[in-house]
Amino acid sequence: MLRLRDAFSLPLVSASEGALRSWRRTERTGLALLLVVFVCSTAYSATTAVSGHDSIPTVLWRWAPLLLWGFLFNLIISALSMAVGTAAGLPLGIFQLSPNPLVSRPAKLVTQFFRNAPWLVLLFICVLLLPFEFRIGTLRIPFPDWAKAVIGFALPAMANVAEIVRGAVQSVPSGQWESAESLCFSRRQTMMQIILPQCIKRMLPPWMNLYSLITMSSVNASVVGVTEMLTITTQVHAAEGSRPELLAPLYSFSLICFFLYSYPISKWTEYLERKYQVKE
Amino acid sequence: MTELAPSRPEPSAAPSRAFVSLRDVHKSFGHVQVINGMSLDVARGQTICIIGPSGSGKSTLIRCINALVPMNSGSITVDGIEVNGPKLDKLALRRKVGIVFQQYNLFPHKTALQNIMMAPVTVLKQDKAEVEARAHALMKKVRLSGKEASYPGELSGGQQQRVAIARALAMRPEVMLFDEVTAALDPETKKEVLFTIQELAKDGMTCIVVTHEMGFAREVADHIYFTEGGLIVEHGPPAEFFGHAKDPRTREFLSQVL
Repeated sequence: MLRLRDAFSLPLVSASEGALRSWRRTERTGLALLLVVFVCSTAYSATTAVSGHDSIPTVLWRWAPLLLWGFLFNLIISALSMAVGTAAGLPLGIFQLSPNPLVSRPAKLVTQFFRNAPWLVLLFICVLLLPFEFRIGTLRIPFPDWAKAVIGFALPAMANVAEIVRGAVQSVPSGQWESAESLCFSRRQTMMQIILPQCIKRMLPPWMNLYSLITMSSVNASVVGVTEMLTITTQVHAAEGSRPELLAPLYSFSLICFFLYSYPISKWTEYLERKYQVKE
Repeated sequence: MTELAPSRPEPSAAPSRAFVSLRDVHKSFGHVQVINGMSLDVARGQTICIIGPSGSGKSTLIRCINALVPMNSGSITVDGIEVNGPKLDKLALRRKVGIVFQQYNLFPHKTALQNIMMAPVTVLKQDKAEVEARAHALMKKVRLSGKEASYPGELSGGQQQRVAIARALAMRPEVMLFDEVTAALDPETKKEVLFTIQELAKDGMTCIVVTHEMGFAREVADHIYFTEGGLIVEHGPPAEFFGHAKDPRTREFLSQVL
């Protein structure tokens, strides 16, 4: 009986289960490899430490607070970018769907422009071309590099959020618009009270995915000299005399920090995706 | 529920007293002519059924009545409001005309009671307590007392459709349009919905019903219209229509469905 059921079970299901299993295996292997590299390089360098130099664990221990402080900057930059990007992307996504071409055309143009621009180029433009302060009369508002970097990351975030919003709104069945219209709701009321509340569930997983991506790209800010983890890691390495045996432990440390932060987010996203898929 | 029921007129209501009147309505989507000049009259308190094969323009026709679909030419008046006019007040028109769809289209993120209350409270800015009392009465009317806090996903198709009817009634319409409202339901739940519509018709609501339920049409309708190819091929009172259909297309259709 059991065999019969196995024979009739959909090959698709077993295939996807197999894919999931092998994906899990890959994931675990990846994490294990990362840790092995970190531990081995640390241990190896520790045993072969040239006299007169501090051992690797000592170095890591000494600089960990500073490195983590840099990591905090990555988190702040990415969170602020995502906040600004979402605040701008939400209306942009809605404007794309406006029946008025004077509204929808520019919105589509802006979205496509920033969606198809390399993130690093946008970052360069923002950091190098934006002024370091704004003057309103006699008032001087400083505009530091990290704030410019936030704008640099917020622009692609905005365009991607706009596409997430547009896709989610369009996935709501047209019957919802029709029944709202028949009940005298205006377009704006329909969007705000009927369509968007239904979209939040659909938007959450891709939005979290985007946040993860922005967090990991925030290290790009080091290229333009903004203080963050990668910049500090490079400085620490220099401060320790640029010893080659320090390269692997120091950079693995930052890899592990990002992994430990992003991995739970991606797991949670997967969980939400599965949960909402079942419900709909 | 007398507040929802305008008084029933004399059976011999003259066409001049038509509450809803369609004259030579045309509608095409691109090159496809869907409605090819349809005319009909519905007196206040009357119930008419529109039957006919799929794709004969029935659903499009009733969507023209509340301007969900703009017509190409012709005239529709609802209580004197010209739907095809340049200065159409859609809000005024749609307050008079309630519609129920085949796919229910309830708002899935709101409870049954909230679905009913939403439009009167947010669009018409009516007093919330008063609307809530009315919503409870409507839930009772469609025999769903106790399901007020249920979300659409927790209700059966028939129950969802009855909430949709209550939701339309909450706007206090003077005419109700039903677009194949039982087509997606199984035979058991169909009965509940048809019974609700029948009660509404008995109370004196003006009803325009697009349906494939011949038994319902025969029993409830004052007048039946048969459409095919975007035209009204034949119409008449139920006894005459089902007993002595004149047009061969009507006879063929009836021989298939009866």
